Amino acid sequence: MDFGFSTLEARSIDFDKFDGRILRYVLQYEPSLLVCLSCGGCTATCSAGNLTDFNIRRLQLMLRRGEVENLQTEINKCMLCGKCLLVCPRGVNLRNVVMLIKKALVHFKNQEN
Amino acid sequence: MKEPIYTVSRDYRKEIADDKYYYARSCIRQNFFPGSEVTFLRVLKENLGRDIWDDPHHTTCTGIGYHSDVVPFNTIQTVIARQFSLMTENGYENFVASCVTSFGMYIEITETWKHHPEQLEQIREYLKKATGREFMIPKNIAHTSDIVYKFRMRIAEQMKYPLVNRRTGQPLKIVDHIGCHYAKMFPDKGEGGAEFTQVLQGMIKAWGGATVDYPERRHCCGFGFRQYLVQANRGYSVSNSKKKFESMQPYEPDAILTNCPGCAMFLDRWQFVISEMHGIRYGKDNTTIPVFTYEEMAGLVLGYDPWDLGLQMHQVDPRPFLDKIGIPYDNDRMYKTKTGKNIGEYIPQQTR
Amino acid sequence: MNNIVIIGGGIAGVETACTLAESGNRVTIIERTGDIGGKLNRWYCLFPDFKKADEIKKYLKERIAKFDIELKLNSEVDKAERNGDQWYIYTGNVRYTADAVVIATGYELFDATRKEELGYKIYDNVITQGDLEDKFRAGDFKTTFGENPKRVAIVHCVGSRDEKCHNLYCSKVCCVTGVKQAIELSKFLPETQIFCYYMDLRMYDKHFEELYRTAQEHHNIQFIRGRVSEVSQTPDHRLAIKTEDTLSGRPMKMKLDMLVLLAGMDTKKHNKKVSELFDVEREESGFLKSKDFHIGAGILSQKGVFAAGCCISPMSIKETIENARSSAVQINQYLKTL
Repeated sequence: MDFGFSTLEARSIDFDKFDGRILRYVLQYEPSLLVCLSCGGCTATCSAGNLTDFNIRRLQLMLRRGEVENLQTEINKCMLCGKCLLVCPRGVNLRNVVMLIKKALVHFKNQEN
Repeated sequence: MKEPIYTVSRDYRKEIADDKYYYARSCIRQNFFPGSEVTFLRVLKENLGRDIWDDPHHTTCTGIGYHSDVVPFNTIQTVIARQFSLMTENGYENFVASCVTSFGMYIEITETWKHHPEQLEQIREYLKKATGREFMIPKNIAHTSDIVYKFRMRIAEQMKYPLVNRRTGQPLKIVDHIGCHYAKMFPDKGEGGAEFTQVLQGMIKAWGGATVDYPERRHCCGFGFRQYLVQANRGYSVSNSKKKFESMQPYEPDAILTNCPGCAMFLDRWQFVISEMHGIRYGKDNTTIPVFTYEEMAGLVLGYDPWDLGLQMHQVDPRPFLDKIGIPYDNDRMYKTKTGKNIGEYIPQQTR
Repeated sequence: MNNIVIIGGGIAGVETACTLAESGNRVTIIERTGDIGGKLNRWYCLFPDFKKADEIKKYLKERIAKFDIELKLNSEVDKAERNGDQWYIYTGNVRYTADAVVIATGYELFDATRKEELGYKIYDNVITQGDLEDKFRAGDFKTTFGENPKRVAIVHCVGSRDEKCHNLYCSKVCCVTGVKQAIELSKFLPETQIFCYYMDLRMYDKHFEELYRTAQEHHNIQFIRGRVSEVSQTPDHRLAIKTEDTLSGRPMKMKLDMLVLLAGMDTKKHNKKVSELFDVEREESGFLKSKDFHIGAGILSQKGVFAAGCCISPMSIKETIENARSSAVQINQYLKTL
């Protein structure tokens, strides 16, 4: 029945539906991601983020909260310039994280097929 | 179901007058659940022997208009001052509001007058000029559910049908929904405060049922005045109820008990809408969850006829709940007035 | 020889007592409970180096044994009277005469039941950091289900930095306590997922920041910036929390087996009593008012009455020891003027 309005989906992150596969894969090869402080230094200096809505700080958060649906689109925005690596106060190798997400997505896609 | 252990702290004990009430009705309830108010008066007079004055001269408190930004604060204060003047003229000192939004307004305004006596003087002048009336501020302001809560044990003594599943002997699981304006604005004006409000829980427990504690217990039903009044915003309104239903679903509640006229309407109506829109229902085994006002619930346990309580006005069928308790009802009388006139029946596509 | 009465036999009281005894004063400690050590007695390990709390206790015991300090246990001060430069302190039927009095009454953990939304003493398996220390001591972490928790959240700033309970101050040591407890718990239960919900993380002292990094790097503790707003019970009696992951800008919900509340330091109860007994000023926060924030922390508004430890402000053990010694120096300076 059409009521002239419809329902909206909840915006909240449901941690119990966490898809941790990609995170575990990335951490296995790049454990430095564990110590990210979310300071945003990477995003401030990011070449791609200056021109697009790409936010590399949020990328690691998406991974940690299991928000994996948009990862493919997100990592495609990265120019792999590596400036994020230079500024990180805790030595997180974000460029490698991006590469690993790419690998993980292929890996799990192949697995599903 | 294990219930949380909660004891009402000293800060959240509320004083509720014992007798001699001036009654102010609710706009929404008079239209959507008129049986509730009739039942309240009947329970108070017949079962509890209280003096309550149901005054035909009082008006809306204009709370809906106030919360929708169409009635200015000075106007609503003057309207409420007029209600108080009617109470004063009729020789009453204890004011009882049948709506949590009205109750919230009466508290908000009397608190404003406490802190800004000049505002009170201004309103006295406005009322005098407009109507020639004068008023006293009530000694006690209560919500109607406070009164039922206060006498819950007296009602329990006269109880015919406890809130128990007849077949299993287990207490029925009942979700309580307090409504935002009852205690969220002034937590000390609600029994038990805003987090673990006791007013409905107390009734449920006194009458043999069990309350359900679920994550979105304190979430708004979604009425929100402006959200509902504008059709384009109703999706926002229904989605709030949906969030609540999704959260209570795993607990398999037998019924929802509401405190607020708007919440009673929306938790009832939105279940129907969601069912029609998406085919989703939130009760056990793909059923809807019956919704009751506290007066209806009191009437049911006291053995009043379900159709005298006006349960046929609900969009969610209340009969499965009556069956669980074993309350008898006459299907043929459901959509008829006392004189046998048909009041019309709507058969939804999916709900029933 | 001067007589000194110290109220409170915790770390601050004992260290002040010993330092003053060392410089030739006759010292009496009046302690409410049956033992010295105060809150230390409940704690298992200490930040930032995981030293056993019992080692500090041993230090206090050995130190106090070296001096002829009168230890009046299970006693509280009933009355205090000033007579010129001297104080009469009454406890039970005993009267002490003192040339200087030291208030070292410490703190209480904030009463977490006041934050009803967090469910302490309402829901099972919601505990405070103090309760968790009891569990560390017992080596038993089983929840009321008789199993070890699979997921635990630690909530920072409970009763601190919270206008709703009239505590505007930061209790300072809870942040690092949470990090320490998270690591400790992960050592006991390596399979358990542990989350810390914080508003700010204040790793103010030496080694604290490194401890925080260790928690992330080696113990996989997840730090989520957001305040837990509500706790409830799932149908299977686990806990469910609501919060915002503020860095993602989205609300978040999570099921848990155990919730640990980092209750702040509260001094209102004891400080109200002692401030009335000795007519010394308190701050709005409940902490005793120092003569000068920078150079006179232990000196109070009443002549001959001094303070040491957490009754003045939140302090770690290290700071309490330093503060106690510093107050002792100030007291000795004062005694020379008599």
